[in-house]
Amino acid sequence: MKKLVLTLFISCVSLLGFSQKYLTQNATISFFSETPIENIEATNNQASSVINLKTGEVVFSLLMKAFTFEKALMQEHFNEKYVESDDYPKATFKGTIQDLEIILSSNETFDLFVTGQLTMHGKTKNVETPVKITYKGETIEAECDFVVSPAYFDIKIPNAVKENIAKEIKVTVNATYDEFK
Amino acid sequence: MTNLNRVITVVFAIFCITATAQDDLMALLESKQENTPNYVTATFKGTRLVSGHSVETVGKGDLNFMINHRFGRLNSGWRNLFGIDNSTVRLGFTYGISDDLSIGIGRSSFGKLFDGTVKWRFLRQQIDGTPVTLTAVSAIYASSAEWENPQRENLFSSRISYHNALLIARKINKNLSLQLMPTIVHRNVVKKANDNNTIYAIGAGSSLKITPSTRLNVEYYYLPENQLESTIGGESVKSSLSVGFDIETGGHVFQLHVTNSHGMTEKYLVGETTGDLFNGDIHFGFNVSRVFTVKKEKKPQQL
Repeated sequence: MKKLVLTLFISCVSLLGFSQKYLTQNATISFFSETPIENIEATNNQASSVINLKTGEVVFSLLMKAFTFEKALMQEHFNEKYVESDDYPKATFKGTIQDLEIILSSNETFDLFVTGQLTMHGKTKNVETPVKITYKGETIEAECDFVVSPAYFDIKIPNAVKENIAKEIKVTVNATYDEFK
Repeated sequence: MTNLNRVITVVFAIFCITATAQDDLMALLESKQENTPNYVTATFKGTRLVSGHSVETVGKGDLNFMINHRFGRLNSGWRNLFGIDNSTVRLGFTYGISDDLSIGIGRSSFGKLFDGTVKWRFLRQQIDGTPVTLTAVSAIYASSAEWENPQRENLFSSRISYHNALLIARKINKNLSLQLMPTIVHRNVVKKANDNNTIYAIGAGSSLKITPSTRLNVEYYYLPENQLESTIGGESVKSSLSVGFDIETGGHVFQLHVTNSHGMTEKYLVGETTGDLFNGDIHFGFNVSRVFTVKKEKKPQQL
């Protein structure tokens, strides 16, 4: 009995001891749509994310209304007509970075791979993309980019502006995490 | 307990802890997300409900160009193409000094009327917060028509009229918005001594979403009786009713409407509407509104 309790106790402590979490509340997520008619660009500086260094798990959560555009009218249409942010206020990502612990070995930038699920406008899509991560002791820097299509997420584009919005939209993610105590 | 059972128990316990880790991380994020004021947007598709103002203002640094057309009465017969021959136009420019404050100038060919407007949205509806949006509108009108009676002493001030309105709107949900518009119009000169220089009306309007890009609007300005004795062209002054259909395509909003008011600003809607709905005194009209971004925002703007 003593042995069982001791084993359990050590397992739990070891789990807690290595469970290093890194957090950011101002990750930058931007997207870019390029068509011959016009380019559309928006940036969200208030994305939140947590990385678990031990397990490689990473989650993102961001408010759709925090995407800012150069034109106020574009921002209004984005929220009202396209992503319907009153009904689906947040976009989230839950995924895993393979072999994340390797970044602990030096301050170099490592090219790793993240796979997970992106949920937006009520629809979920698998995303797999390379990611560049650098470990700097008290912070971790990460950046990646990938391509999504509005159609994946059931975002309806009216015929009148079909040529104004690209079928494939490039998303860029930049985050600097701080150690979460 | 056998040794194997012990091992299984420990492994199972560890597994249970790690399986919910991603959800734990998400819960951690949610607990840290702050509450920023969540303003309601797009209560109406444009700055005009049909003829009169809506609570919407022009964005900061944006210029709204509006061309309003109002034709003659539908019952003027086919020779007049049901009123199309008698067409009047208002051209208007409105500039957003800030997201909540705009200034505008315009001119109506009907009455050769110049107008200047200041519009101030001083309260915004919030999701789970302030229940309404409040916007104050103040406009001054100057008629540039020739004097009816050049012989008598005509003062410049006789050309001037004003209107002030408090617009109270609530976006019920993404499909329906409602608005109240208590409105006061003041004319420096009126036809008869028993006409009130200052008259008031209670406006009420609604906007119903048909598709993400189209809406159906109704606008009614109720004019209480006994404010005006005189008639216009032999017809008594009535309350104004307009029904409009908005079509929004990116940077343009097209508004098609029918109304019993010949004029297109509150000065006409309140106190100069003479169309008798039951007689077919209905005017067809359409507005085209386009927003130009004059000053691009460099830093992120709060919507």
